[in-house]
Amino acid sequence: MTEIGITLAKGFFFIFIFVFGTAALLTWVERKQSAVMQDRIGANRASIFGLRIFGLFHIIADSLKMFVKEDFTPAGAERVLYSIAPGITMFFALVAFAAIPFADKLIIGGHEFVMQIANLNVGILYVFAVMSMAVYGVVLGSWASNNNYSLIGGLRATAQMISYEVAIGVSIIGVLLVYQTIDLQEIVRAQGALLGGWLPQWGILYQPIGFLLFLTTGIAETKRIPFDVPEGESEIIGYHLEYSSMRFGMFFLTDLIETVLIASITVTLFLGGWQFPYLMPDGFHFPWGGTIALSNLSVTILQFLTFTIKVSVLLWFMMIIRWTLPRFRYDQVMFLGWKILLPVALANIMITAAVIAFL
Amino acid sequence: MNVHDKYKPLTFWERTYLPRIWDGLVITMRHFFRNLWHFTLARVGVDREWKGAVTFQYPEVRRPFHPRLRTLHRLTRREDGSPRCVACMMCETVCPAKCIYIVAGQRPEKEIEKYPVRFDIDLGMCIFCGYCVEACPEDAIRMDTGIIEIASYSRKDMILTKERLLSLEPRTEYYTARKDLELASKSRILMSAESETSAAAH
Repeated sequence: MTEIGITLAKGFFFIFIFVFGTAALLTWVERKQSAVMQDRIGANRASIFGLRIFGLFHIIADSLKMFVKEDFTPAGAERVLYSIAPGITMFFALVAFAAIPFADKLIIGGHEFVMQIANLNVGILYVFAVMSMAVYGVVLGSWASNNNYSLIGGLRATAQMISYEVAIGVSIIGVLLVYQTIDLQEIVRAQGALLGGWLPQWGILYQPIGFLLFLTTGIAETKRIPFDVPEGESEIIGYHLEYSSMRFGMFFLTDLIETVLIASITVTLFLGGWQFPYLMPDGFHFPWGGTIALSNLSVTILQFLTFTIKVSVLLWFMMIIRWTLPRFRYDQVMFLGWKILLPVALANIMITAAVIAFL
Repeated sequence: MNVHDKYKPLTFWERTYLPRIWDGLVITMRHFFRNLWHFTLARVGVDREWKGAVTFQYPEVRRPFHPRLRTLHRLTRREDGSPRCVACMMCETVCPAKCIYIVAGQRPEKEIEKYPVRFDIDLGMCIFCGYCVEACPEDAIRMDTGIIEIASYSRKDMILTKERLLSLEPRTEYYTARKDLELASKSRILMSAESETSAAAH
């Protein structure tokens, strides 16, 4: 019983505070960052008692607008599926966070709490299984809206997901070969080891091509520009064409949650997860001698902060990419997925395996 | 010559698409960090010169209009305050949108025979072509009020009456002064002449 309570508490903290908070903040970051990149100021008008704080109230204003708008259901729509489809996508996007390690063990009164909602020993498989389920919501929603353009968007989403699930699955095998485990917490722990006594053994060091492949396919998984063919603002409006009010908001938020998810997985696999350089479970151990002893609580908080900062930097980078590159055409997306990313990922596995076998 | 012959075939490194992505990212990141730096400086009050954005914060700060911009109409007055309009119907005739409605009245004086009893402009129909201003022989109608916010909640409110048109005043402060504009265009001509001479020198 207490275990369920602990899991629920962890789930509440990590999903409802960390993930939802980050995703909500991303709506603001997206507008503001694109504005700064394009020599503009960006949304700054929403205010409470004349207080504007850089337009942060636009998050509240947007969500309020979403909630009070008309919730439209088109004639001839499959009502049940149409209603639950946004929930399905969002559910699977959120559930994938269960296996993400946010920090190492926290010890309170002799009890060990792993800072991970579910400590699965097949973590990475679980994450990818759940992530590929998220496309069901998109397809069901697009089909249930009884609109041809929606359906085209849904079909494109399916095609893109299938193409890139293959490449994304293959691109991480290199990491799994290097660290010899599929437990995400173990992968992160292994990345804390120092190479030559001073260089943190992060995944990007061993798998630079894998990192590039994973980030590319990961951005494709989020269905955002430059891989936004399922949405295709400028041609078909996309799988959420008929959706309005908060149901559309859920689709919109799911995109951002998936962005956070991809950033989290990338950090976990390639950028050392919650590992801060030279931070051991009992404090800092610098390679040039000298130690700073820290309590378990402060180490855990530092690890969580490290993870958050790494994810934020990666999210910033993904936003830069989203506002820099033009979108790919549908055939270019397919070409890139099947003819470039997949062969390169396979070659990456071969080379990694050969190097590991002969060293 | 075939257009495609002008271009060299791409090398393998170029065909990976990565160097071009990197170039693009460098440009956007440069803008991002430069603007963020100037925003921060402006926020702490160090540097007010460079705003880091080209935005005009519209309701508080107005972008200066070009001197020839056509804004909301107004009717001019004589020295005694009566409307300059003589109800000659030139503007009503020339109006391509048929949005002007004039009812003429008789004046007692001999030299100016008519005056407008009604002078209505339906802004819902007006296309802001400015033909009425050009057609007017008496300089009685002008479009220099600087008012561009003409939205209203009903079609009835879009109709401007004579009294409203007479009450409007010109707002020169909303417009760029003509001499500033001439200066700007002169410098632009100078600059293009300089670039031409430098191009010729090469």
